[in-house]
Amino acid sequence: MALKMSDYRSTYFADWCPGCGDFGILSAIQMAFADLQLPPHRTVVFSGIGCSGKTPHCLKVNGIHTLHGRTLPFAIGAKLANPDLEVIAAGGDGDGLGIGAGHFVNTGRRNIDITYLIHDNGVYGLTKGQASPTLELGLKTKALPKPNLNSAINPVAIALASGYTFIARSYSYDVRHLKEMIKKGIQHHGLALIIIQQPCPTYNDINTKEWYGGEDRIDPKTGKPTPRLYSLEETGYDGVVHNQEEVFQKYIAALTKAQEWGDRIPMGVFYQNELVPTYAERISKRIPTYLENPPAKQPISDPSGKPITSIEKMLEELKVTG
Amino acid sequence: MIRDELVWMAGGPQGSGVDSAANIFGRACCYGGLHVYGKREYHSNIKGLHSYFHIRVSPKEVRADVDRVDLLCTFDAESVVRHIWEVAQGGGVICDTEALATRIFEIPTLTPAFWTEFRKTLEQRGIKPETVGDLLNEVKKNNVRTYAIPFTDLLKEIAKEIGEEKLSKLTRMINVLALGASFGLVDYDKAHVEKAIRMIFGDKPKIISMNLLALTKAYDYAKQRFGDFGFKLEAVQTDEKRIFLQGTQAAALGKLVGGCRLQTYYPITPAADESEYLEENEVLQLEQSEVKGAGGSIIIMQTEDEIAAINMASGAALTGVRAATATSGPGFSLMVEGLGWAGNSEVPIVVTYYQRGAPSTGLPTRHGQSDLRFAMHASHGEFPRIILSSGDIEECFYDAARAFNYAERYQTPVIHLIDKALANSNKSYRMFDPSLVKVERGQLLTEQDVKGKEYKRFEFTESGISPRVPLGTPGVFFWNTGDEHDEVGNINEEPVNRTLMLEKRMRKLDLAHKEIPVEERVNFFGDPDAPATVVSWGSPKGAVIEAMERLSQEGFKLNFIQVRMPIPLPKEYLAEKLGKAQKKIMVEGNYMAQLAGVIREETGILMDYFVLKWNGRPMSADEVYEALKLIIQEKAPKRQVLTHGT
Repeated sequence: MALKMSDYRSTYFADWCPGCGDFGILSAIQMAFADLQLPPHRTVVFSGIGCSGKTPHCLKVNGIHTLHGRTLPFAIGAKLANPDLEVIAAGGDGDGLGIGAGHFVNTGRRNIDITYLIHDNGVYGLTKGQASPTLELGLKTKALPKPNLNSAINPVAIALASGYTFIARSYSYDVRHLKEMIKKGIQHHGLALIIIQQPCPTYNDINTKEWYGGEDRIDPKTGKPTPRLYSLEETGYDGVVHNQEEVFQKYIAALTKAQEWGDRIPMGVFYQNELVPTYAERISKRIPTYLENPPAKQPISDPSGKPITSIEKMLEELKVTG
Repeated sequence: MIRDELVWMAGGPQGSGVDSAANIFGRACCYGGLHVYGKREYHSNIKGLHSYFHIRVSPKEVRADVDRVDLLCTFDAESVVRHIWEVAQGGGVICDTEALATRIFEIPTLTPAFWTEFRKTLEQRGIKPETVGDLLNEVKKNNVRTYAIPFTDLLKEIAKEIGEEKLSKLTRMINVLALGASFGLVDYDKAHVEKAIRMIFGDKPKIISMNLLALTKAYDYAKQRFGDFGFKLEAVQTDEKRIFLQGTQAAALGKLVGGCRLQTYYPITPAADESEYLEENEVLQLEQSEVKGAGGSIIIMQTEDEIAAINMASGAALTGVRAATATSGPGFSLMVEGLGWAGNSEVPIVVTYYQRGAPSTGLPTRHGQSDLRFAMHASHGEFPRIILSSGDIEECFYDAARAFNYAERYQTPVIHLIDKALANSNKSYRMFDPSLVKVERGQLLTEQDVKGKEYKRFEFTESGISPRVPLGTPGVFFWNTGDEHDEVGNINEEPVNRTLMLEKRMRKLDLAHKEIPVEERVNFFGDPDAPATVVSWGSPKGAVIEAMERLSQEGFKLNFIQVRMPIPLPKEYLAEKLGKAQKKIMVEGNYMAQLAGVIREETGILMDYFVLKWNGRPMSADEVYEALKLIIQEKAPKRQVLTHGT
């Protein structure tokens, strides 16, 4: 029997503020899971600390709510041990780009086949509104005592430079677009990153729903707002690398697009390159039975508890008498 | 010299082949049926600074290092100057003929701190040597002989014989020349040395034949030229099957037998050797496998930091895999938050903790044993953990395997304490027996067990253990969180749940204390009725046992309790034993007498004497012997600080 979107929602009460972008992200995740019919036992959502950290509790799949900034190492550990798992990591901008920045960068080196969602709202919500690494220099969101002294980092550019092989941006209130991006990310053969722009109705009074929607920019001809977010696909942009020769050109194109912010913010796939071997493929070159008999599926003893791992070869090398 | 054993020491700049010379020396002695204990000392440096290896060889089992050197084998002038006073009467020094003219006070790698001590010694002795040759002449008065070998001339002969024009290509073989001269002096069967050279240089036939030639040249030169060392190293017959290895290898082998299938690490001394050895052997042979024809493997992941290392191990352990990480003090400091997460979410992970000189960067390549309290208390809050402490290289093997049983049975982190003296020492042992290892996985559910049932990951149970299911098990899913949680694993801050859940976790420690037999938690040595009891943990074990043996020969009776499980501490056992001991002596490698404090906390018993050391060097059998003897003779202060080592 096919699983519906509602079959992925647990009874856990989501205690996000009214109007929080996390509700949209949760719905998009449920929809993507239902579209892909992911079996709940084989699916694991890892999260970090912060408002987004509560996402796994709301879902009826395995949910591992980890430490601040450490979502990726936990997720990688599980995927390495059992490559059959469908692993999704979800965390905030502070979680992934501040305290967890080292993991964010180094995960890119591995092209491990997991999907990472960054909930990006420019603030640390749960600790009451401090500036996150994606908040621009000089902005003073509601709870800041003084304007932000730090510049914002560019997650798309960092992801490119670090080796992520699928990089997309979406928006928490465009649930359909977000669902499509999450699906593409999960289906991507390799490491996928989806940066989700998300208003924080309580603490970010600058990058609001109205701001993203361009309600301060009424088109004099139509009298309608001019949204800041636009679709890359609709402009004819194609971030997919089709062959090795295209890699540099697509990389530069994505890096260029990554600079756009403010009045025009691109959504969609910046870059996708499935020609890079995944971590599992790299391991398999050294350990041919890795995918067939990964760590999680290996027996380690007989039923009586007798170990079955032979260390005879190593002992032979160390042997000096007898 | 003690007539039935030899202490050989190789010294030279790092990168000059001290390690490989020592390895060859040790193995060659092992091949001749001898017992070997080797201690390695090195600087935190890649090339140029001084390093040395002590190798103690005897027909009887040797368990620790001693203070004296019988034959000092030097590759450079600095090694002569640094170690000359350690050479025993009747011993000898092998050096390069060219080193004799080296002016002592112009050796650039010796430090001002060294000079201060060295000048003091010269003053005390009333001597004023200018050159290395002068220094060697002075010690001749102590019956320490010099064996100067013309390394360059021998290399030139070799170059000529093999048709090599560049002498610089052969200078790497100075270590083998010095080694060859050593064996020539003690007239050891050269066939064993040749076998060791073949083994160490493995699949490089050209290098093997060059080194064999160097061996013969120096061996013959020393044997023919100097016949006066007066000690012959005799091979002995043995039927015992033995291995020769270091602690990091033993721990790695134990992990494999114990079923470890994923290990994470960030490079750190001295722990990294273990992970590298595992990676070299990542493809495993399984004696039976459900997957037809498929072998096994262990995944070794070098992470970006130790924070990633411990958390990645937890992520892997959630899938039912036996997962571990290995580190040293600075790395463990970074792991602390992750340790708490695993404790709170009841995830069985193993942390192999190689202690070294601390705090901070401390003495990165030197010995230390001061992290017991840290391992016991690391992380905020309260959760159960189990701590194992190995006392020798053989224990590293068996403990590494059983650590996973405790982790899985009690669903909690296990910290396996090792120290640098075990990590980087080599010793010959009777062959390890993997069949002594038993795999116990605790309450680990399968698809059949959970079919059609409601599953609660953190179900309240009487024992505190809630049956565990791996991620990916068909028909079931579960939640974890570092927050306090309810039985299904969702965040829950209610006071009633909190009281019950924390208690549930802590009950597992009571269970472990009740279930784990005392034989797995302590070793007892010596006469139960002896008037004095030594308590120790970790690497001092070997030195204490040797000291006890010597004291017993002199008529002094002692017994020795080696604590192998600081948590849960076998407190009733210790209270009973120490309650009736007349003299209670703590021997450990730190300033604060950490285990003594733990024992006092758990039993109320205060130790009478403390033998402590923190100079970055392991305890030698000699200094422990002397310290214990003073205590027995009632001549000792309450607290003795050991200082041997260079």
